[in-house]
Amino acid sequence: MKRPAPVAIEHEAIPWLLAAALGTVAPHMAHLPGWLTFLVGVILVWRGWLWQRRRSLPRRGWLVLLVVGSLAAITWQFRTLFGKDAGVALLVVFMALKLLEMASRRDAVVVVILGYFLLLTHYFYSQSVVTGLWLLTMVTCLTATLLRLYGGGQPPLSLVRQAGWMLAQAMPLMLILYLLFPRVTGPLWGLPQDAYTGVSGLADHLAPGSISRLIQSGAIAFRSHFADDRPQQADLYWRGPVFDSFDGQTWRAHARPSTVTDQPPQIESYGKTYAYSTLLEAHNQRWLLALDLPTVLPVASRLMPTLEVLATDPVRLRNRFSFVSTTNFRVNRVETPAILDESLVLPPTVNPRTRALAAEWRSRSPGKIVEAALALFRQENFRYTLQPPLLGGDGIDQFLFDTRQGFCEHYASAFVFLMRAAGVPSRVVAGYQGGEINPVDGYLTVRQSDAHAWAEVWIEGQGWLRIDPTAAVAPSRVEQGIVAALPAAEPLPVLVRIDTDWLRDWRNRWEAANSTWNLWVLGYNPQRQREVLSRLGWPDADWRAMSGALAVLCVVVLGVVAWLTRPATQRPDPAQRAWRRFCNELQRRGVRRSEWEGPLAFAERVAGEQPALATVTREAAGYYATLRYGRQVDDELRRLQQCRQRLPPRRRCEL
Amino acid sequence: MPTAAGLLFAVALAVMLIGAINYNLGLGHALVFLLVGIGLVAMIHTFGNLFALQMTPGRAEPVFAGDPARFSLQINNRGRRSRRAVELAFAGQATVIVDVPPVEQVSVLVPCATQHRGLLEPGRITLATRYPLGLFRAWSYPFPVWSCLVYPKPIHLPLPPSSVSGLVEQHRGDVGQDDFAGLRQRQDSDPTRHIAWKAVARRAEEQPLLVKQFAGGGTEELWLRWSLTTAADDEDRLSILAGWVLAAERQHARYGLELPTLRLSPARGPAHRAACLRALALFGRTA
Repeated sequence: MKRPAPVAIEHEAIPWLLAAALGTVAPHMAHLPGWLTFLVGVILVWRGWLWQRRRSLPRRGWLVLLVVGSLAAITWQFRTLFGKDAGVALLVVFMALKLLEMASRRDAVVVVILGYFLLLTHYFYSQSVVTGLWLLTMVTCLTATLLRLYGGGQPPLSLVRQAGWMLAQAMPLMLILYLLFPRVTGPLWGLPQDAYTGVSGLADHLAPGSISRLIQSGAIAFRSHFADDRPQQADLYWRGPVFDSFDGQTWRAHARPSTVTDQPPQIESYGKTYAYSTLLEAHNQRWLLALDLPTVLPVASRLMPTLEVLATDPVRLRNRFSFVSTTNFRVNRVETPAILDESLVLPPTVNPRTRALAAEWRSRSPGKIVEAALALFRQENFRYTLQPPLLGGDGIDQFLFDTRQGFCEHYASAFVFLMRAAGVPSRVVAGYQGGEINPVDGYLTVRQSDAHAWAEVWIEGQGWLRIDPTAAVAPSRVEQGIVAALPAAEPLPVLVRIDTDWLRDWRNRWEAANSTWNLWVLGYNPQRQREVLSRLGWPDADWRAMSGALAVLCVVVLGVVAWLTRPATQRPDPAQRAWRRFCNELQRRGVRRSEWEGPLAFAERVAGEQPALATVTREAAGYYATLRYGRQVDDELRRLQQCRQRLPPRRRCEL
Repeated sequence: MPTAAGLLFAVALAVMLIGAINYNLGLGHALVFLLVGIGLVAMIHTFGNLFALQMTPGRAEPVFAGDPARFSLQINNRGRRSRRAVELAFAGQATVIVDVPPVEQVSVLVPCATQHRGLLEPGRITLATRYPLGLFRAWSYPFPVWSCLVYPKPIHLPLPPSSVSGLVEQHRGDVGQDDFAGLRQRQDSDPTRHIAWKAVARRAEEQPLLVKQFAGGGTEELWLRWSLTTAADDEDRLSILAGWVLAAERQHARYGLELPTLRLSPARGPAHRAACLRALALFGRTA
């Protein structure tokens, strides 16, 4: 068969396509290289100008040149044509150039489908509520564009209304698919290197300045929901990485052979236990930031000998973890000698003045040594500040004896150094301290600005004890949080230092909404899907059963949609209905009225064929004719309806 | 059935779904599922756009071979929703696109190219739509019984000379000018002496000139005979005759048609013209 000639795009449909392109490309401008943004902007304006002046599109040669140029530039910029960022850049370029090459309706459809595709790529960068709303807006716009292409000229508002109406009908299908489509844990194959960039959180080492940098961020680290009671604010120590190896500058975690790591810690819990679940933001590390100390762990995680909870894989996606923790405990009263030995190691020569001070304390009991160090921080003129002076080679010496200004990492680091030099096994713990209750949904929000570092010492008979030297200098840090502890002039992110009530209120609402969104949209993984389904009363759904239910529900919804949107035919008016019924009765008696037969002519024919029916048929036809064409005098309608009953009874069919 | 655009859409959705799974994009899943929903809804809308449309075939005016025949069709939308972008076409022919507003009837002329004289039966008509999103195409093939008369394509040759055509039969000339039969509007070719000046004077000024008409008026009586055509091919002969019929009618001549199987006595006017052309169109055909 002959291929039909391509359908040209109507002139008035072009602005829709330009709007669709602009709407899908614009959010990418933030992370695309400047030249690409500029190029796409120029192309869009150019295309708009061509449209307005009704000029013809540029020649193929120019386009080929542009495509090759952009490809080369993208390759040069990203060093590849594959991967997330380069791929997005390519799609954006194709979208812009397709606009310049758009002659037939088929091209326009390609633009719309590219638009749908570009919408997906937004979610590499953001999956917030705002992006979700933008999704709905743009899907409506793109769908309206398709409607314009295939449905002809209509006022824009009517197109948008139709598109919105279709979207509303598609919503139930989307919800069913979303809930029931068997979820697969990605990735399906190795992701390109740039898949997980731009996450913030604690690092796997601790150096002066590493936490104070993190504190500048008001971003949420995690949100926790306690099942019933919540521990006191001063007990909220969320354990991240534990550092027990020092090189003079930086603290790191000790690499241990697996024979040591296999031994489970012995935790003796004395007080209340707290059950809670945490919605942890992706931070690309394995620690799960459990409240000290966890007694029940989430699946696919384990408690390390140094008491931090590590997941099997790095947390690359926001995820939910459930714990039970106790805040009143004794832990590892009998400790592995290897660990105790490692908790005493110091680099040989650094910080001689600190070593000398600690040497004076060596003869005392470990408890007294801790007391002495804390007394040093309390009594001398130490200051808690985000902007400490820079420290040189013997950083701890300078800090303890000269500058005396520092942040939690300085205090924790100096304290542990002192302890080890005085012969008390000790280590640095990084994590978060505190958090803030969001009254809207009751979640405890812990931000990057709550990042903290503290110390642990091991004392014979008591096990590991948490010592927070920062609390000795600035007790309000632990009791009230970072904002109270720092003087007002210190640079904290605006969102962290909010005093205005309504602003704080709005932030709380926003974060609560976001959290729900995260739980349902972003954290909806196979595990959560199973949870939700079992809560809906379907505990053991496998993918086959889910697909089946999915298909059935989709068909049901489609049936409902088809029924709702069926082309409702007009009901015939009562007179016509009565006349039709009368004629149907006659048909059962062997006379069939043809569509074209007028009532009076039909009555005459009936009279000829079946004289027994003549009178009543003539009468009925007369009423009907009057109802239709004449002036109604009295209730012809009722009489017409009665005519049906007045028909003589049907003759039995006798053989 | 999905269209090419629909297939492209499906492929794009599949790729998007894989991308969403691979990068674990919750919102990406939502987008893909929403688009799947929209696609399915569009399918229903596409079928709904054709559903319960009533069609009543109308007639088709005769045309000359080579000109497109136009079949008129009444589309009746009894629903309360307007039906948009309904495509109508005969197989392999140009498409007409109509919108049918709710509770209304729309008359469409569906073209069908003609090549040969005779009775054209276009067969089934394709009633299709891609509305609303162009992802699906719904169609039906109603098979109305209708036909269009196709006249032979006229070949314009000079009319046969009167002498050869043996026109002078019973009354040539004056007889026709004596029997007054009535008045009619003047046409340019009427001689001025036939103008009914009295009648004109009685009427208002803007009235066209009237001429007297005379019965039996063999002003020019012409026989168009099969035997007079010179072409070798029968079709060409019919074409020449068709051209003559048109020319004779233009000259207001009274003309008769003589075919090997049929003879139409001289007359004039549209009905006679149609009868002659019909005879030519159906010559040799059983219809």
